[in-house]
Amino acid sequence: MSINWKEYQANFFYDELINENGNPRLPAKRLAGYLQSLNQNELQRRQQLADTAIQDMGITFTVYTEEGNIDRSWPFDIIPRPISAKQWAVTADGLKQRLKALNLFIDDLYHDQKIIKDGIVPREIIENSANFRKECIGISPPHNVWAHICGTDLVRDGDGEFYVLEDNLRVPSGVSYMLENRSITKRVLPELFEQGNILPVSDYTNQLFNTLSDLAPHTDKPEIVILTPGIYNSAYFEHAFLAQQMGVELVEGSDLSVGKNGYVYMKTISGFEKVDVIYRRIDDLFLDPKVFNKDSVLGVPGLMKAWQSGKVAMANAPGAGVADDKVVYAYVPQIIKYYLGEDPIISNVETFLCSDKKQREYVIKNIAKLVIKPANESGGYGMLVGPHSTKKEQSEFIELIKKNPRNYVGQPTLSLSTAPTLVGADKLEPRHLDLRPFVLQGANSYVTTGGLTRVAMKKGSLVVNSSQGGGSKDTWIVDAEAK
Amino acid sequence: MLSRVAERIYWTSRYLQRVESSARLVNVYTNLLMDLPKDINISWFNLVTLNNAEDEYETRYKIKDERNVVKFILADDTNPSSLLVSLSMVRENLRTTRDVMPENAWELINELTAFANQSIKDGGLNRGKRHEFLTQVINQCQLMQGYIASTLSHDEVWDMWCIGRHLECADMTTRILDAGANLLLAQDYKEKSHVPLVVWGNVLRSSGADHAYRRNVAASVKGTKVANFLIADPHFPRSVHYCINSMEDAVKRLPKGRKIMSLIQSLGITKESPEIINELDYQLSNYCNDLQLKLDQLHNIFTLNWFSVK
Repeated sequence: MSINWKEYQANFFYDELINENGNPRLPAKRLAGYLQSLNQNELQRRQQLADTAIQDMGITFTVYTEEGNIDRSWPFDIIPRPISAKQWAVTADGLKQRLKALNLFIDDLYHDQKIIKDGIVPREIIENSANFRKECIGISPPHNVWAHICGTDLVRDGDGEFYVLEDNLRVPSGVSYMLENRSITKRVLPELFEQGNILPVSDYTNQLFNTLSDLAPHTDKPEIVILTPGIYNSAYFEHAFLAQQMGVELVEGSDLSVGKNGYVYMKTISGFEKVDVIYRRIDDLFLDPKVFNKDSVLGVPGLMKAWQSGKVAMANAPGAGVADDKVVYAYVPQIIKYYLGEDPIISNVETFLCSDKKQREYVIKNIAKLVIKPANESGGYGMLVGPHSTKKEQSEFIELIKKNPRNYVGQPTLSLSTAPTLVGADKLEPRHLDLRPFVLQGANSYVTTGGLTRVAMKKGSLVVNSSQGGGSKDTWIVDAEAK
Repeated sequence: MLSRVAERIYWTSRYLQRVESSARLVNVYTNLLMDLPKDINISWFNLVTLNNAEDEYETRYKIKDERNVVKFILADDTNPSSLLVSLSMVRENLRTTRDVMPENAWELINELTAFANQSIKDGGLNRGKRHEFLTQVINQCQLMQGYIASTLSHDEVWDMWCIGRHLECADMTTRILDAGANLLLAQDYKEKSHVPLVVWGNVLRSSGADHAYRRNVAASVKGTKVANFLIADPHFPRSVHYCINSMEDAVKRLPKGRKIMSLIQSLGITKESPEIINELDYQLSNYCNDLQLKLDQLHNIFTLNWFSVK
């Protein structure tokens, strides 16, 4: 038996493939038809094929548990998530606009702070920000860009529009999985790529390489390295993958040292070699034990000074995380308007700041229907999904909010869009998902073709993080108008 | 190339060679026993002795029989020199050097690791399935060697790879030779003159050298000739002489390589024509033991020169 889309129930949510009448949406037309032509054994066989490919390709991610770190196979659902190229073009412009404004904002914060003086953003939120680094004041990195690589989380609400859920400007991960998901899908559903209207994603590593090269304008062949915390980091797979794809060295802190002349060197079999650009995948506070966390063995003593004096470039620049804060997030529409004089192309999700008395009272009163997020966490940790929480959890969160209002924001619980997902052996059911595109900014701007789609594998769940049982799908930007 | 990466490439290569050698040894040994008369008392435990792993073995097993020895050498994940452990070391080292290795190497090692673990679970150690299992492992190792030789740039990474591979191979060849000689010294086979023939034939096969020997030396297999072939043949890629020469070439190509040449030469293993073995007694044993110690010293020279940059 094969799939009958008329029986597929998206339950009032916006479904990415099937509209409310049970018909495929335009970009999903060929896909839905093709899936219908497969019987259920075949569907199951393709999923097994994907699982084997993931094992052979060694695509894993690391989960931290009490028993130590476990390497898990990357969770992947074979049904792709198609998006129309027309809609994506607008979204991509919106993402570039957003990162451009955020970079101007960060640069302003570390120089004249005009936006504060003009009363657009209150001084307190910067002064109380966990990610504002006084060591960065007065520094001007190349192109005045601080966040070169940004992972922006988008969600589609009931109205079918994309909204920005959060900006990740510190060390966003996931892009390797976006690329690997496409490799797997090409192996598993090769027939669908015959038509050629699914846009390729493989350009990313090339673009990333160019972005990084542009940070060292004085050399033709800059020495670029990726600085990883090492194999115990949850994203180690990605660090190694990107190094391999770009043909650059993957280094750990102990491979680097800062010379007497203030430049950064790596220890090679020929001796010490100068490093020009560091794509660091280590948090600010572990970068340099001389400046930040004294016990850090992941970092390189003297690295901050080398960066401050322009002897080495770093992406993302230290201190960029100041804009990666859920409270700052609430001001992004004003930030875009202030620096660019434009209206935001992609909207924010409505956000209530607990630092504001009125908004805090609203959040506490309505906690059962809101999502409460800490301002500076990532990975989906430390948040409360109101409608899925107990009374006890809610009152615990109210206490947390009262104790540290600056650190919490509230947002309405969104009706995240869904897509058909293989459940059990051969059943397709709707599951909620989000999308993380990656945005680059250096001398030029670039947005990935689509991004990483993450799926909440549990029925009704809204938590898509792979560290918490989420899965993933290949994301297709489909040129549906193409002949 | 980073020092840390160089060290890991060197070890990846050594461990991959070790995986193949373990598979060959057990495969050949299984065949050897089929060709020997019942009353010739050749013990499986020789395979343990050959790797100087007696202590490791005795803390784990009481009985020195085929089942335990095969398990110890191939599948025991607490034995640091077992095939499965070597395989996981190849994978772990490759995982941390993916930036310098060709993409498919990673995929090949994942496949091989999954295959080996699954086969062992499915009874691949039992005599009925062992040959098929080990042959497959050997083929996969060769596939990986071939893949790397033909797609990795023959630059520093390749030179480091060659050093590890040849060093490990030279070491293993001496161990196999030594084991063959000891096996015969311990037996009274005068009545059964075909025994040495069987043993030396299998020594050659362990190194994949039977065909090369036949073409280059003689059709008849004789102990001293086999020993000299495996030690001194200038063309056979697993002979000690060939391995050491190739290693020396790779050392010279590497940065700071010429600096350590005099140190290496002082070990006296890179002579134009190596020692000729006349007797298969203590002379061979001494030669093998001495060479193994020198290879250890060589490893220390490499570490100081390349792996621990201060």
